[in-house]
Amino acid sequence: MKRVFVNEEHCIGCHLCEYNCAFANSGLNDMAKLKGKEIFPRIRVEGDDKITFAVSCRHCTDPICIKSCISGALSRNSEGTVEIDRNKCVGCQTCILVCPYGAIRQNGDGAILKCELCLKNDCNEPACVTGCPNRAIVYEER
Amino acid sequence: MSNKSKYVIIGNGTATVGAVEGIRSVDKNSKITVISKESYKAYCRPLISYFLEGKTNPSKMLYRNEDFYEQNNCTLLLGETAESLDSDSKTVTLKNGDKICYEKLLIASGSSPFIPKFEGIDCVPQYFNFMTLDDAYALEKAVTPQSRVLIAGAGLIGLKCAEGLAKRAGSITIFDLAPKVLSSILDNDSSEIVAKHLENNSIKLLLGDTAVKFDKNKAVMKSGAEIEFDVLVLAVGVKPNTDIFKKAGGQCERGIDVDSSMRTSLPDIFASGDCTESFDISSENVKIMALMPNAYMQGKCAGINMADGESDFSNAIPMNSIGLFGMHIMSAGSYIGDEETVKSKNGIKRFYIKDGLLKGFIIINDTERAGIYTSMIRNKMPIDCVDFDALKQTPTLYSFGKDYCKSKLGGVV
Repeated sequence: MKRVFVNEEHCIGCHLCEYNCAFANSGLNDMAKLKGKEIFPRIRVEGDDKITFAVSCRHCTDPICIKSCISGALSRNSEGTVEIDRNKCVGCQTCILVCPYGAIRQNGDGAILKCELCLKNDCNEPACVTGCPNRAIVYEER
Repeated sequence: MSNKSKYVIIGNGTATVGAVEGIRSVDKNSKITVISKESYKAYCRPLISYFLEGKTNPSKMLYRNEDFYEQNNCTLLLGETAESLDSDSKTVTLKNGDKICYEKLLIASGSSPFIPKFEGIDCVPQYFNFMTLDDAYALEKAVTPQSRVLIAGAGLIGLKCAEGLAKRAGSITIFDLAPKVLSSILDNDSSEIVAKHLENNSIKLLLGDTAVKFDKNKAVMKSGAEIEFDVLVLAVGVKPNTDIFKKAGGQCERGIDVDSSMRTSLPDIFASGDCTESFDISSENVKIMALMPNAYMQGKCAGINMADGESDFSNAIPMNSIGLFGMHIMSAGSYIGDEETVKSKNGIKRFYIKDGLLKGFIIINDTERAGIYTSMIRNKMPIDCVDFDALKQTPTLYSFGKDYCKSKLGGVV
């Protein structure tokens, strides 16, 4: 399956991926409307002034988040994408307790947020990848 | 009636679902029979408090899709109890007299509430447990906006029950013999924070106190206090359901003994979930870890091995993530070794380090990316290979260095 991979040497730490992610999943029609709002992107840039890279769900081949989910809300689709059923999730954060990559987060007390490769929104490929100016994140088979 | 099933599973909870998925990852066709005492498809047991809160409902609480058993070619016997087990003839006998022959058996019989022998408990008009969906239905019926609810036990089950009932009941009082709440998973500091938070949410706590006697709707406490109540919930602890296995001559301490392949002492009999005890790699002790994630992982491991695949589950640790009235509480591993504490405006993180390894942690509220810590415990990652001073403030992958990040973010994991 295609996943999002990081080419860390190309990343300039511009954080555009975070805004593109938050916007793609916001349901808003204009990114400017995010201004002044706290955003909860499913990808985040880490690093220092020399090295930066973006971290999002690895869509692991043996995902511990799914095995640990106490509400049966996490599952893999037939391709292998790890999906969240936000209707079933009760926000207990057990997945946050077990994800080794820190790739799952929560906005308030509601259902958790994670990368679903933009399969459930209108983007044709992950918005973080489309909007990356440097191909520092790519969507491909490896 | 007697019939044959290559795989027989006693119990129908999380471990069973793990086992079915494990079996089917190796063996797509052979018959699986699941014996379920409860008359429901596998549901998410810890969600019964969310059900009382109105945050979920029984159909959303199903652990897997409605057609899970059909899809996996499982015969589900609802409302049936396995009465006895003969490991020589490889036969399980049900309460209704039916016999089922197996080639491989999984015992995933779960745990039951422990009912303490309080004096006068039998004269209490109605008392409840809080383990099953039926318990939740019974409480939903019994509790009115006028009800004075008394909960025995300030552990996970008692506190989640209090949260579930908070908007339904007139008042809620919890007592526990231990001097603090969540005594099995929290230290004194964090327990105090949680206790204050509960009290701010109108939960009355009586800690270090217990009932010496019940007189109908009154509890007489060791401290001399007398508490009038309408509804009593007993949540003092659980015990593994081991009877059927013990009677068949299997090796059992408090829970069923299993090795890292989930095999028991009896041939072709496996066990998983709350009925077992197993090795905790953080404390290096054998203990009961009655936790949903472990139940699934044990079950899946057992299933693969039952179908003659190869699987090993050898990095179990205790861990919990619970929300209580908007506060998030996480714990993992064991509280041994040196303590390091990070306090913030909203919460506290406390780490336990021994022999250069992170052994455990307790986090109140600052739970972001906590899985990075958990994975250090599970994988026994030496502290000195990371910038732990930075990591304990803010968990990042960056703290693990360039090579680690490259392998995790640049390849399939």
